[in-house]
Amino acid sequence: MVQLEHYLAVAAALFVIGIFGIFLNRKNVIVILMSIELVLLAVNINLVAFSAYLGDLTGQIFTLFILTVAAAEAAIGLAILVCFFRNRGTIRVEDVSNMKG
Amino acid sequence: MTVVDFVFYLFSLCLLVGAVFTVISRQPVHSVLWMILSFLSGAGLMVLLGAEFVAMLLIIVYVGAVMVLFLFVVMMLDVDFAELRAEMAKQLPLALVIGLVLIMQLAMAFGSWELGGGVAILDTPVGTPEGAGAHNTAALGLLLYDKYFLLFQVAGLILLVAMIGAIVLTMRHRRDIKRQDILVQMYRDPAETLELVDIKPGEGLK
Repeated sequence: MVQLEHYLAVAAALFVIGIFGIFLNRKNVIVILMSIELVLLAVNINLVAFSAYLGDLTGQIFTLFILTVAAAEAAIGLAILVCFFRNRGTIRVEDVSNMKG
Repeated sequence: MTVVDFVFYLFSLCLLVGAVFTVISRQPVHSVLWMILSFLSGAGLMVLLGAEFVAMLLIIVYVGAVMVLFLFVVMMLDVDFAELRAEMAKQLPLALVIGLVLIMQLAMAFGSWELGGGVAILDTPVGTPEGAGAHNTAALGLLLYDKYFLLFQVAGLILLVAMIGAIVLTMRHRRDIKRQDILVQMYRDPAETLELVDIKPGEGLK
């Protein structure tokens, strides 16, 4: 039978891959956003696994709210990206210094 | 090895392979497609855990909406991704170091959890607890619309704000194109705009 530890190990590996992706693609905002989604998926798997093994549905409720916030974050992030690309013609992260004082 | 074990390892393998190729693939479109694979596998893992509603929500919201949004943006923006990717090798050492440090930290946390005997947890997933309703979806609904109703409404507010923000950010009024203005059309007066000229035959317009 699959133990809880197996799910936790998969989620931990996914989390590390997500963080790795953020640092590997530091110039590319789109892949950074996707890596953040991966990290959130890892957290969701953890919550659902604990919820299922503890027999408490609150973890799954929390997953719903994380899903909501992740969707909102992706929409706003991509909108900012499109807006920035229209103004500057690039999406390089180090060019995003308009608001530097 | 039971069927459940096999399915678990299959989904886990697909999840991790999809995640790795999302991060390292050179084409952003391929990244998005790999990520769809990894989200589908994650949904499969959640089905194995007995959380069907969350799994279906993951497929509908992530694969159906968020990934399509990513795909649209990747295809719409004319970005030279080869140039962005060229600097990937430079970032690799730092990324590897941070990844290794994180793995070690998680392994240490896991080790201490194992040595401490963990918490009292059942050996098999319960899925939906007894007495909470027949189905996972019904039980979640009872909990969500009763105990967490305020949070549910706040989640709706967050989505509303995100929608308004995205529309405001990306809407633009172009001034260099001609648009139809209904009111101007309706209030146009023939007496001001038309001039009738009576031209005799054989004579031109002076």
